Amino acid sequence: MSPAAPGTTTGSTAYETGIGGLGEPPANAYLSVRDLRVHFPTDDGIVKSVDGLSFDLARGKTLGIVGESGSGKSVTSLSIMGLHKPGTVRMQGSIRLDGQELVGAPAETVRGLRGKKMAMIFQDPLSAMHPFYTVGDQIIEAYQVHNKVPKKAARAHAIDLLGRVGIPQPNKRVDDYPHQFSGGMRQRAMIAMALSCDPDLLIADEPTTALDVTVQAQILDLIRDLQRDFDAAVIIITHDLGVVAELADDILVMYAGRSVEYASAHGVFNEPQHPYTWGLMASMPRLDRDPADRLMPIKGTPPSLISVPPGCPFSPRCAYAARVGAACVTERPAFHAPTSAHYLACHLDDGERMQIWSDEIEPNL
Amino acid sequence: MPTTDPLLKVTGLTKHFPIRKGLLQRQVGAVQAVDDVTFSVQSGQTLSLVGESGCGKTTTGRMVTRLLEPTSGSILFDGRELSHLSVGQLRPLRREIQMIFQDPYSSLNPRHTVGTIVGAPFEIQGVKTPQGTKRAVQDLLELVGLNPEHYNRYPHEFSGGQRQRIGIARSLALKPRLIVADEPVSALDVSIQAQVINLLEDLQEELGLTYIVIAHDLSVVRQMSDRVAVMYLGNLVEIADGHDLYTDSRHPYTRALLSAVPIPDTSRREKRERIRLEGDVPSPIDPPPGCRFHTRCWKATDVCRTQVPPLVEIAPRHEVACHHPEDSLVAAAPAQAAAPVEDAPSGTAASGTMTA
Repeated sequence: MSPAAPGTTTGSTAYETGIGGLGEPPANAYLSVRDLRVHFPTDDGIVKSVDGLSFDLARGKTLGIVGESGSGKSVTSLSIMGLHKPGTVRMQGSIRLDGQELVGAPAETVRGLRGKKMAMIFQDPLSAMHPFYTVGDQIIEAYQVHNKVPKKAARAHAIDLLGRVGIPQPNKRVDDYPHQFSGGMRQRAMIAMALSCDPDLLIADEPTTALDVTVQAQILDLIRDLQRDFDAAVIIITHDLGVVAELADDILVMYAGRSVEYASAHGVFNEPQHPYTWGLMASMPRLDRDPADRLMPIKGTPPSLISVPPGCPFSPRCAYAARVGAACVTERPAFHAPTSAHYLACHLDDGERMQIWSDEIEPNL
Repeated sequence: MPTTDPLLKVTGLTKHFPIRKGLLQRQVGAVQAVDDVTFSVQSGQTLSLVGESGCGKTTTGRMVTRLLEPTSGSILFDGRELSHLSVGQLRPLRREIQMIFQDPYSSLNPRHTVGTIVGAPFEIQGVKTPQGTKRAVQDLLELVGLNPEHYNRYPHEFSGGQRQRIGIARSLALKPRLIVADEPVSALDVSIQAQVINLLEDLQEELGLTYIVIAHDLSVVRQMSDRVAVMYLGNLVEIADGHDLYTDSRHPYTRALLSAVPIPDTSRREKRERIRLEGDVPSPIDPPPGCRFHTRCWKATDVCRTQVPPLVEIAPRHEVACHHPEDSLVAAAPAQAAAPVEDAPSGTAASGTMTA
């Protein structure tokens, strides 16, 4: 029943067939993640927050990681940044940043890369910034960690950065405390901080979720402009498909810690192939759709990450699992690419999937 | 055109929160959270209040439910004035106006079972149900799509979407006529959000409910509303039927707001024309004189800086508070549900300006 993943060796167990599928990273990949597994042992059992994730990202490109709460998006970004508390986490697989392996690398090494080669923008700038220090001091500190320059030069750099992210009167605002900034300005200041050492990889974890829609538009424009200027690789993590449609070149859809679909933004939005992605699209109210049409929610709720259903984690909620049969419940679907560069993890037969898409899904979107 | 009297009529509603300072707690200013807001809601319909944080939409909702007492203005519910009733006088009316809260985690008491939470309204109001409270609660749980056998469970045993259903069941207990839902789905994931939106729509149809939905997500609002009121910094700037507002908004702020909503369609990325609003919303402690939007408006002139624009009917059932409303888009192109936010080139003939 299960389609064999092209280009991958078939594993001995069902568990192993769910991995890989992406093969060797392309030469231009700045970041490549292969079969990443991040598990947290707890008293209640092992929380498999990320369980088999692979993707590549080149400089100058933006990857959007989409998923609902608990799908493992943020854990992925924290794993890349090496920000998990040591001893609480079990990491397997591979994260290669500019050719350097990060999984299992000493904390010292990762610290040297943080800020300089990779930086992160957090969702809530008020809790991500220290309330006791001025915005300027926090940027200066980040800059001086990697650059042995006198404070005066660092301060000039901070003012320059605040100006670049669109803070009015940066030479005055540099001495303000975070609480004196509005939400949008705080997010700008945090972007300035992340950019202070000119990182090659920028991870933005829900960068606009806490912001109003007009401010969100400003911040998305800013991220796009800065990426062009800095030629950085950007990962944007969000639950909002609208945000990734604005920014991303490629999209990775996550469900229960696994990648279920990975393709170009155009591919995911115009020809989504995974039933979960279909469900997301159909359940989303959107401005370009007739409000008289009823939303079509995905039934049920996401699984607990302690007891992820065997086989395909989406199968209990999937409307098409019945058409495949037992494989959905027993066998983990391989992450494979039926058409070139459009990866998905689903047991549906390719022909049948295209049939469902053109007959049942596309007309209703 | 409505022939009946509206269920709720709000006129000139204002809420100023005093700022007190010093030993004597003298009032030194006021946060002008809501200023002179007027709207009405027909029975069985949904009015949405939209706007960005700090625009006063939640304060307005809380005044309608009388969790806050208005500074001035009138709230007529079914012909009765509620704006300054005392707690005792309000109690019988509380049955008819209920609220659904945003956060399904903090709005349910973690130490109470679902049965206690959903049954509380019966107890507080001293309502006797024919087959006992337990049966009534179980019927309510079933109505909102929860398993009635979960009567004895605690809130932490439920997911976010299920908790929101518990909150909805509680609000329905006393068969209210008006429900104020403050961001009912914003804490939920997309797939769950759709379940709750559909539930609210079904309940409205089944029970003839009237909703006031407070939300910041314009896509959600469009899905749910018959009428939409847009607020900015305590003022109501535009109110119209849902379709009109989304296809033919006339206030510059509404246009900017709509153009900022990201649309999940990559092919639109290049084509879309976005109105960029510069800067931030001013402080409601010292709002700009005249039109409160003039500091960020690209059409502002001297009159905007000095005179408050009144809310006038610019087309049937479409009111705008602006000195220089945008031209109507409808005259040029017939309303297209597929292209509501694209800012068509201006210069189309203004149709129906100031018609009553």
